[in-house]
Amino acid sequence: MNIFQILSELEKVDPEVYERFDSRRRVFKHISGLGKNLAAAAVPLAFTAIFNKAYGQTSTSAPSATDVLAFALKLEYLESYFYNAGLGAPGATATAAQTTFRNLFSATNLSSLDKIRLDESNHVKALVAALPANTVPVPATNIFDFTGGKGSNAGPFAGVFVNPAIFLAVAQSLEDTGVRAYKGGAPYLMSTTTAGRSILETALNIHSVEARHASRLRTMRRAGASNNTASAVAPTAGNNESDRSASPKSWVSFKDGGGASPAQTAGIYGAGTSPSYTPASITFPAEDNVTQGGVNLQSALASLNFPASAFSEAFDEPLPVPTVLSIASTFTVTGNTFFG
Amino acid sequence: MSKNPQAIKEEAEFTKPLLVPIKRRSFFMYAGATAGATALLLSGCDDDDNNSSDPAMVNVGSGDVGVLNYAYALEQLEAAFYTKLRDGAYYKGLTATSAEKQILDDLYYHEVIHREFFKAAITAAPATPIKDLTPDFSTINFDNKASVLGAAKAFEDLGVAAYNGAGKYITTPLYLVIAGKIVSVEARHAALIRDLVTEGSFVDSDVVTIATSSIEISKEPSVVAMTANTYLAAGSKIDVSGIK
Repeated sequence: MNIFQILSELEKVDPEVYERFDSRRRVFKHISGLGKNLAAAAVPLAFTAIFNKAYGQTSTSAPSATDVLAFALKLEYLESYFYNAGLGAPGATATAAQTTFRNLFSATNLSSLDKIRLDESNHVKALVAALPANTVPVPATNIFDFTGGKGSNAGPFAGVFVNPAIFLAVAQSLEDTGVRAYKGGAPYLMSTTTAGRSILETALNIHSVEARHASRLRTMRRAGASNNTASAVAPTAGNNESDRSASPKSWVSFKDGGGASPAQTAGIYGAGTSPSYTPASITFPAEDNVTQGGVNLQSALASLNFPASAFSEAFDEPLPVPTVLSIASTFTVTGNTFFG
Repeated sequence: MSKNPQAIKEEAEFTKPLLVPIKRRSFFMYAGATAGATALLLSGCDDDDNNSSDPAMVNVGSGDVGVLNYAYALEQLEAAFYTKLRDGAYYKGLTATSAEKQILDDLYYHEVIHREFFKAAITAAPATPIKDLTPDFSTINFDNKASVLGAAKAFEDLGVAAYNGAGKYITTPLYLVIAGKIVSVEARHAALIRDLVTEGSFVDSDVVTIATSSIEISKEPSVVAMTANTYLAAGSKIDVSGIK
């Protein structure tokens, strides 16, 4: 096996092959190091590992910018298809069932949901345009089961498109997941080039819109779907975390008691499993985390006499890509690999 | 290899030189030791801002520390606003169980925590935080609901646009993630305050390109500083020309 011959051949079809490794200089350093340190028989295996890293197909390699955008696009498809299924696609005439469902929301709430629906549709289009053609094949609508039934359409969220409370619960769960996902993907979009910086900025600009959605959906949930002035409704008073499941603040307080439907949604507010490629010092604690940059703020700022909840609420937390994929696959049918 | 953060960084940024962490560390030593002198030297050097010749401007510095101090300045402004409004007739007239009271209390807590976090983080970098800024809220009527909520909306939307516009200038992954942890909370604040002002206005076209790609309208530090400086007293106005 002539590794250099393979690299040379590969370069003919993929001129950027060396850049897919750390750099031209470092790939040769790695290979020469392998030659010295490993038995010849082990070289192909080690070489395979380098290739997997270069082409980003294994869970042990850090995602490329394209990987992160493709991952984001999949989540946007999930969200967009969800709102379209319940409310009708933007610009389309709602079906009789969708019309009946839409009428269960107050005017301001329905208007808000239509804005969110349009945003998610726009996010899909923006990410499709930003990626090479067919990076993520357009999913069929029937790969999703928004009841969480894996294809039975009778899962824990059965009635999601006829019961507004269940719809809002799933919507909040999807948006809160998206907020954590973009945060977790951001480090892999860091760049020193103008074009690369623009991609990061666009991702950040989607991230904050997802957070605005999550906030609005939480406001609607605590007031009820038919309330027309939802923001005037206060969350259940006090510092009892379990109240936040049904009466959320517009931000995440501790772990919100496990979220809208704790048996299914606790993972959305829990800790993530840190992949081995994670950059230094970045961790994925649960949303009740009060330690930032190595400092326990609740202890360090105890003299402020603020409620304990405030220290967790002041910061959202990231989730790593694999954890988000696992959460998102709650809504795909059995056997589908859209989320891996 | 995959556990080496240096290798990961290079994979994402092919053009970066090797040994970035060492350079970064030496930058912090430099910044920490000389931030005061740098602020003095640089405050008169910027030529793309009308106020830049004012030696009394507060220069946030450059590099990651510059971005952190920029964020610290904005959080100081927000925290001062939510602290000040607690003395106004509008806030004092709210009933204990009202949504507005609970919301304004939470925002006060969150923004003060953000401010104190940045002061600690910059010190730990190690670098020198900018001074305590003196706000000028003379254009806000703290006895009037519309004036207070209008200002809150302006501050929260500005904060989101500012973090989104500054993220690309951060070179340390941890700092980018921390900025992300804060900006989404600011966006949650902004959405709710906007809804208090006008129900359902949480993503309207003044802040989100809802007609096209539906992304937040981020703002460069120089643009944010022009707005922020209208709420800062002479001698506390910020110069962000070092962030690039």
